Amino acid sequence: MGGWLAALVLVVPMLSAGATTLAHAAPRLQARLSLAGAFALLAVSVALLAVVLSDGMVVLQSGNWAAPFGIAFAVDTLGAVMTVIAAVTGVACLAFGLGEIGETERRAWFHPLSHVLLLGVCGAFLTGDLFNLYVWFEVMLIASFGLMTVGGTKAQIDGAVKYVALNLVATLMFLLAVALIYGLTGTLNFADIARSVPAVANTGVLTAAATLLLAAFGMKAAVFPLFFWLPAAYHTPLVSVSAVFAGLLTKVGVYALIRAFTLLFTHDPDWTHTLLLWIAGLTMVTGVLGAAAQSEMRRILSWHIISQIGYMVMGLALATPLGIVGSVFYLVHHIIVKANLFLIAGVAARLTGSMELKRIGGLYRSAPWLGVLFFIPAFSLAGFPPLSGFWAKLVLVRAALEIGSWWIAAAALVTGLLTIYSMTKIWGEAFWKPHPAGEAAARPLAEAPPAMLAPIAALAAGTVVIGLFAQPFYVVAERAARELLDPAAYIATVLGEVR
Amino acid sequence: MSSLILRAGTRILAPMMLLLSVFLLWRGHNLPGGGFIGGLVATSAIALQGIAFGPEAIRRTLVVPPAVVAGVGVLIAVVAALPAALAGLPFFTGLWLKLDLGDGAVLPLSTPLLFDIGVYLTVIGGVCALIAALEEEPSLEGGEEGG
Repeated sequence: MGGWLAALVLVVPMLSAGATTLAHAAPRLQARLSLAGAFALLAVSVALLAVVLSDGMVVLQSGNWAAPFGIAFAVDTLGAVMTVIAAVTGVACLAFGLGEIGETERRAWFHPLSHVLLLGVCGAFLTGDLFNLYVWFEVMLIASFGLMTVGGTKAQIDGAVKYVALNLVATLMFLLAVALIYGLTGTLNFADIARSVPAVANTGVLTAAATLLLAAFGMKAAVFPLFFWLPAAYHTPLVSVSAVFAGLLTKVGVYALIRAFTLLFTHDPDWTHTLLLWIAGLTMVTGVLGAAAQSEMRRILSWHIISQIGYMVMGLALATPLGIVGSVFYLVHHIIVKANLFLIAGVAARLTGSMELKRIGGLYRSAPWLGVLFFIPAFSLAGFPPLSGFWAKLVLVRAALEIGSWWIAAAALVTGLLTIYSMTKIWGEAFWKPHPAGEAAARPLAEAPPAMLAPIAALAAGTVVIGLFAQPFYVVAERAARELLDPAAYIATVLGEVR
Repeated sequence: MSSLILRAGTRILAPMMLLLSVFLLWRGHNLPGGGFIGGLVATSAIALQGIAFGPEAIRRTLVVPPAVVAGVGVLIAVVAALPAALAGLPFFTGLWLKLDLGDGAVLPLSTPLLFDIGVYLTVIGGVCALIAALEEEPSLEGGEEGG
């Protein structure tokens, strides 16, 4: 019953959202239900991944309406892997949230909104229908708007308004592209679109629709030059909220890009994939340069999200098997590392009193283990062997060198180098230099609640495991890439021509 | 607002609107209507009470807090998707239970109806929560010029 497992991935967060809403008057019960819901989501998504890995793609024709007429959910290896990672991030950030949020944030619906956000993210990873993808994007957008303003401060509302206004522009472009594609092919089912695209005579309009989708997803993914909403918003919300956002939301955009430009639009790679390659290079470099100019921890990390998105798009743009493997590997590695860095920044700010690097310091003396926990994801982000980021970058750079794209390989390497600059800046300022307000101003690690430290340690352990035992992860990424590059199997499975 | 005409009118209008909302919910399965639009009409009735008799009338009408109504609605909507599992059918497959009322009359009850009831309650709870929040919350950090 793979189909029901896929359905459960959607049912569980829906139930969690409903249950945490009902338990609103009972804080302890609500927190327990919320965490239990996140773990249940992790369990069903792991089960789904296991089924996909052993039996191949899972297709759910919801309501028993066969594709392309009903809404099909199609779970291939990439979709299943992404759901597991989303659930891992959900568990980590909700656990962190238990230590972080106060009564105001809880009253502002932190728990139900978090589960609705996870629902939107998982739905986007599972769906096999373009319009349904739009719906999940909206679910995510609404939940994230609520989550960003959960503290109710002026800065948060300011960031949230920018975030929503700019995302609505992307939504409009998405809808326009959906309309064009429906007009050209008469269908919105991914598999059916992919089957119809080669027969479309008006390739000019088709490419226009593809480019609109590229812009819409690109904006969600925060690629150059559409990233400006991200640094304007990500440093304002709660730490647990911004960690979920940093880990997951832009990656949904990257996932949609991968889906669109491996399955749907491969008719004009000279235009679309060349464009993607340029975008990838510019995203990497502008992101990392933007980070170098910042001096607030979460702002630095936000700019690094942008530069890292460039790597993922780079693998997709190369469109070689190795390139796609690199993109998939990078997605998984990045979500864990980036969410963790935001959580660590949160703990660091709690111990020292600020996110602003000028005003803090002395953490290495007061909380040396936080230094170790920071070191792992930070240097994984920069691509130090043997951490997970090293393998991700190695695969991508090799993929670029294989087909002679020297400049993108060079951009990737330079970006890695500049990433080290930013990470050493955080290290030097927050950890190494003495606290400007005297030694006592940096608190010891024991003063951070265990609910905050456990997810950080677990995610750091995950980074080390992916780094030291990269082979099984690489095999799964390779399998995902193989499926992505062979759309015929996807189409046949969804439309039921085989079996 | 305290207008005698509005209060007297609301006493007549609100029950009619609630009845209309249930009618819309009921016919929505095969004809225009359904849980969403029915829920909005019901919310209008409740909001009208709120305007005529003050925000506490909204809470009084709903008996339980709006968020609870919404939460129950979401749970009912999800539960409507699950009976298909018992029949070995895919997620969200519609199932019908045809009750024989005698004299050839049949009352069809279905999981889509259950789903619509869930949507109906979610819409009522959600929108009433919004209205209640707007009516009751003090403005944020004091009023600032221009906004």
